Amino acid sequence: MKWMASPRHLRRLGVLGMNARNALYIGPNNPRRFYPRVDDKLLTKKLAIDVGIAVPELYGVVETQHGARRIDRILDGRSDFVIKPARGSGGDGIIVITGRIGSSYRKASGVPLGLDELSHHISNILSGMYSLGGQPDRAMIEYRVRAHSVFDRVAYHGVPDVRVIVYRGYPVLSMVRLPTRLSDGKANLHQGAIGVGVDIGSGRTTHGVWREAAVTVHPDTMYPIAGIEVPDWETVLRLSARAFELTGLGYLGVDIVIDSQLGPLILELNARPGLSIQIANRIGLRSRLELIDREADRKASPEARIAFSKTRFGSAP
Amino acid sequence: MRRWHLPVLVALLTATAVLLIVYKVRTLGYPLTPAQEVQSWIVEARLSFEATGGAAKAELAIPFDPPGFTLLDENFVSRGYGLQTERRGNNRVAIWSTRRPSGRQVLYYRTTVTPHQTQTLEQAVPALPTAPAYDELHGQAVNAILDEVRSKSADISTFSSLLMQVLARPTPDENVQLLLPRQATREDRVRTAIFVLAGARIPARMSRGVRLVDGTRGAQVEAWIEVNNGERWIPIDPDTGAQGYPPDFLVWWHGDTPVYSIERGRNAELRFSVTRTMEAALETATRQAQLSQSAVSSYSLLALPVHTQNVYRTLLLVPVGALLIVFLRNVVGVLTFGTFMPVLIALAFRETDLVAGLLLFSVIVTLGLAVRFYLEHLKLLLVPRLAAVVIIVILLMALVSILSQRLRFDVGLSVALFPMVILAMTIERMSIVWEEHGPADAIKQGIGSLIVAAGCYLIMFDQRVEHFVFVFPESLLLVLALTLLLGRYTGYRVTELMRFRALTEAIKP
Repeated sequence: MKWMASPRHLRRLGVLGMNARNALYIGPNNPRRFYPRVDDKLLTKKLAIDVGIAVPELYGVVETQHGARRIDRILDGRSDFVIKPARGSGGDGIIVITGRIGSSYRKASGVPLGLDELSHHISNILSGMYSLGGQPDRAMIEYRVRAHSVFDRVAYHGVPDVRVIVYRGYPVLSMVRLPTRLSDGKANLHQGAIGVGVDIGSGRTTHGVWREAAVTVHPDTMYPIAGIEVPDWETVLRLSARAFELTGLGYLGVDIVIDSQLGPLILELNARPGLSIQIANRIGLRSRLELIDREADRKASPEARIAFSKTRFGSAP
Repeated sequence: MRRWHLPVLVALLTATAVLLIVYKVRTLGYPLTPAQEVQSWIVEARLSFEATGGAAKAELAIPFDPPGFTLLDENFVSRGYGLQTERRGNNRVAIWSTRRPSGRQVLYYRTTVTPHQTQTLEQAVPALPTAPAYDELHGQAVNAILDEVRSKSADISTFSSLLMQVLARPTPDENVQLLLPRQATREDRVRTAIFVLAGARIPARMSRGVRLVDGTRGAQVEAWIEVNNGERWIPIDPDTGAQGYPPDFLVWWHGDTPVYSIERGRNAELRFSVTRTMEAALETATRQAQLSQSAVSSYSLLALPVHTQNVYRTLLLVPVGALLIVFLRNVVGVLTFGTFMPVLIALAFRETDLVAGLLLFSVIVTLGLAVRFYLEHLKLLLVPRLAAVVIIVILLMALVSILSQRLRFDVGLSVALFPMVILAMTIERMSIVWEEHGPADAIKQGIGSLIVAAGCYLIMFDQRVEHFVFVFPESLLLVLALTLLLGRYTGYRVTELMRFRALTEAIKP
């Protein structure tokens, strides 16, 4: 394999680069005034609840340093929750607590975390350590999603999520992100999670990418990652398509988790979704975006859009 | 409209910058490279005479707009004399006067001249001379010469050249012998030529000047003839008939009047001496531009006080560094800590030198990181923790300075010039990346930042770049144009070509 691809070859394959994504798709399609709707997860959650889109339940919000020191009151005896910065990016600053060990909490990876460490972490969140631009932030405490059993063999200490790229309301490309030991149970590719392409038509996984290289098995469990059917795929597509109306953003990454009891829930939205999804699917994003620009109806209903995407982007069964 | 907006803007910026630069190089002679030197000449006229009592007055013709040269500088040295300069036709005259001179008087006029390409525009075409009333003998000789020359020439300039050649023949024919004295000097021949040319109604005049030869004392004044072809004055060498002044000939004055005149003095003597000097081309150009009172030069950075100039010397390089960052991030795809942090680090490297700068930077950041990890245990709030890092960075810098003073390691002292807030932010960012993504990522990004900073330093403080941007600040319009263009670059980044290379194998189009 050559160590570098030729730009012409990539262009022919319809691969989307960072500059083209920013200048041609994010710039014209995502009005800046709508950014808070996705950058502030509390606002996203509120908007979603208002229109009846399923999201993980919010237990509490910490807004002051005083609150960070009295975190035990807010937790109110809970020992199973997720703490995340409301304006965080790239999964930074998220802590997943799955239980208690004595007086300490236990992280998803099994590492114990003392109460003062927890409140220090929250205080860092409030100071804006993880927020875009370092602005003061709020910490959210919310329901910890239980991974659906289909992912048992291919998820390491964490909850896989489904990332769907939605362009003008049309789902164009999707992948499942599987946590690994390297990613500390988090489902972010740059933290070491695996991305596995998902066929838009069938909801079945295809190929994997881990640290920018192709993989066929999960590196921790050694189980194959292809051919897994994402449960309730229709709902996943419907949630993604509706996220367009929710935010008004034309180019959007929708992160959906599939809870074992509650089914698909929108976890967060992303106005600048990454490009590795192309490697996971082995499909160039740009050719699909151009197809939407060329052929798709701008005023179609979410159902019509899903049908269009399934027929045009789904592989033959 | 929107499609053409950017290209038009970029074209406008580029055209403006290029035009200004070309104008400054071509017309004002600003040098493109820093080490460029132009030769210039110091010509000194020393006029001495003995006063004979009573108020003395000396007049000396001095150069006025000599073709092919610019006067950069003029000095008049004369103790006890009043001085004024005066235009007199095509000439300029310095007039010294004093009331009670005694003994030998010495007056100096000194000028610095530099070759200058542009043609000095000659004043309006003179009235045609009326043919002199030759007596019969001379009239025949003049007509014979004119006929001979006319038959072999095409226009006024070749006509005049040929005439000079005829007059300069070593064995002159009868006609020429009649018009020229025996052993005619150049001056005599020029005089005769003017006399003859008047018969053909061609305006001509004598010009005199000196040859610029380094180290000459007592340079000879040479006479030339200039003829007017109805458009401009054409200089002709009376010896050879060659047209045009040689590059080392400085025209001092025009006409057949003596170069100096003295009232109440005797034994006057005029001496020219010439020395060559090399001047930095920039200085010469600046002075030239100031003399020509060009608007471009009066609104130039070079007109600012020197210490302000030095500030701008550095400041103007920041856009160059910023452009490099844009290129490295959007076209190459290098990751750095803080968007423009490497540019600021590069500015600091200017004071410390590259190697010492890299070393000091690494030392401070490493020590700072160690302290930052210790602070992590104290569970401080973000802003106090940042402030603590700033304080510690400054203490570390002081410590490094003191230690290097003790060890007589001079560059260590310049660590004080590092932007400490930037250093503190770098340490903070690096420690977050370290915790979130592991030491490998943190060190990789740290080294990436350092390499970019080193690259910025090498490009920004390249002597040629520094000189060019400072002398031609309008080149920043080019930088702006390029930045705007890169702002619409939608092609792949170099790192993406590597990142997506797996796709080219996997996808069958």
